[in-house]
Amino acid sequence: MTEPAQSNAATAQAEAMTWDSRQRRVVMLYVPLACFVLILLFPFYWMTVTAFKPNAELYDYNTYNPFWIGSPTLDHVKHLLLDTAYPRWLMTTMGVAVASTCISLFASTLAAYAIQRLRFRGSQYVGLGIYLAYLVPPSILFIPLATIVYQLGLFDTPFALILTFPTFLIPFCTWLLIGYFKSIPYELEECALIDGATRLQILRRITLPLAVPGLISAGIFSFTLSWNEFIYSLAFIQSSEKKTVPVAILTELVTGDVYQWGALMAGSLLGSLPVAIFYSFFVDYYVSSLTGAVKE
Amino acid sequence: MATVGINNVRKAFGATQILHGVSVDIADGEFVVLVGPSGCGKSTLLRMLAGLENITAGEISISGRVVNNVAPKDRDIAMVFQNYALYPHMTVRDNMAFSMMLAGAPKDVIDAEVAKAAGILGLGDLLHRFPRQLSGGQRQRVAMGRAIVRQPQVFLFDEPLSNLDAKLRVQMRAEIKELHQRLKVTTVYVTHDQIEAMTMADKIVVMNGGNIEQIGAPLELYDRPANLFVAGFIGSPAMNLLPGKPTRGGFETEGGAVLPMPAAVRGTPGWYGVRPEHMLLKPDGGIPAVVVLVEPTGSETQVLVRIGDSTLVCAFRERVTARPGDVLGIMPDLALVHLFEAGSGRRLPA
Repeated sequence: MTEPAQSNAATAQAEAMTWDSRQRRVVMLYVPLACFVLILLFPFYWMTVTAFKPNAELYDYNTYNPFWIGSPTLDHVKHLLLDTAYPRWLMTTMGVAVASTCISLFASTLAAYAIQRLRFRGSQYVGLGIYLAYLVPPSILFIPLATIVYQLGLFDTPFALILTFPTFLIPFCTWLLIGYFKSIPYELEECALIDGATRLQILRRITLPLAVPGLISAGIFSFTLSWNEFIYSLAFIQSSEKKTVPVAILTELVTGDVYQWGALMAGSLLGSLPVAIFYSFFVDYYVSSLTGAVKE
Repeated sequence: MATVGINNVRKAFGATQILHGVSVDIADGEFVVLVGPSGCGKSTLLRMLAGLENITAGEISISGRVVNNVAPKDRDIAMVFQNYALYPHMTVRDNMAFSMMLAGAPKDVIDAEVAKAAGILGLGDLLHRFPRQLSGGQRQRVAMGRAIVRQPQVFLFDEPLSNLDAKLRVQMRAEIKELHQRLKVTTVYVTHDQIEAMTMADKIVVMNGGNIEQIGAPLELYDRPANLFVAGFIGSPAMNLLPGKPTRGGFETEGGAVLPMPAAVRGTPGWYGVRPEHMLLKPDGGIPAVVVLVEPTGSETQVLVRIGDSTLVCAFRERVTARPGDVLGIMPDLALVHLFEAGSGRRLPA
């Protein structure tokens, strides 16, 4: 074979390889990714489409395309915002979620730090105990909790939720933070001890600044779980205007056995926005806390 | 500056004994190196000195004050960790200033001290960088800077050079030693590298299995190792240690080689020790040895030879042209031969 022929063959081979790897990339990466995105986003799409459809289109799939809106309308949103206590439900849900997240983060930071770093006798068992507490399902816990809430006079107040949500948030956040604190080199704290810092100073000036991604993901989890919580909100709140969004849209937007699908979907859509916004702000921290440790 | 006293100190983690009662006296301004293989307890001893580990039994004192129950921050010490332990979220300046900030020092005093330490270590231009933006050597310097700023009575170093590449290690070794000569602060330095120990120390403490094998100046350990362990540990390449027994003609190794013995030996030697650099080339009248391997390093030539079934490493200053299979005439320098007692492994006085 002559030299140019050889080099031509080599180029062809290289092209074949790039083509090969490009195809491979499409099949192995983009196609599954596209399927995944499609499946994940479809409920949101359905929710959005339903929220802006007039009732005529909503209940007649034979005449109208179920996947598209013929003549969009804001009627459902208007009904939701003006005729129901939706803004109030939204504020209550936000307040409860923020307060219970703050309480849980504070408590679980201290608990996780103590279990992971202070190495007191039996710390492992305490950690295990907290984990076991997380395994008890809320559907069992809400009965004794209801008694406590009632006796404390908190029934039908936001505090019934603010104080009971931490029962499942604290174990979860503590476990998440124990794992995160573990990834922070212990030498940093020893060094700070020699530098003259107290335990609380170490926590505030060394450990917490380094654990920000962990704290943020614990915060996101807590906020989302509180926002979406159903059973305690259903059991401990009675007044219509004090309800949280997930409970209220189901109990207040279903009249008799008629589901107001348009308003229901508009409520769900508006209700999911705060969580989506919250996630989008902190997604980098969130990913780094799940994938990586502290880098020097 | 301060003296440090370690008196019969023991350490146990549960049922596992780590230190079996060690005692070391460290003079004011001395540079002491704790050296030994991994797991010998040297780092544990250093951490006990720093107050990061409890003392199971015994006593540690700094400047005559017993510090067994004194918190690390009140011991007036500074420690440089193996992985530097720089605070990743703080700049170089804040890393160095952290201890003074905690102590509530005024800002101008902190700035002056940080600038002084940065000047000593050549860190002036790096003060606003974060640790992740520094090279290994620079991080090492920041860790030292952080220690210097505190003006402690005692510096503690825990294998500070083991994360650096070979060239940088030699450079930083010189810098640490120069720093010590300049500041004259009592220093305790832990390493597993006997060359670091030999080049830096005023006094070396050789540790093994939670015990101290020997304490002494570097050349004292090299010239008069107290036992087989120290003989084998100190010196590179390591001393030839050949088991055997004395016979009429000299010392007969288990491999069948007969080596000449020094004239006056008290006790019964079970081991014959000779350093590679103390083997001499004797073209006439030497012991015939078969060359196995020749490794020229430029300044010297290391030759692995076999006498009978015993193998020895020799390091000659002369250039050796022999090839594997050739026979060389060699002879140990009798004045520099070490003999160790059978069983105990203790050095036999000549």
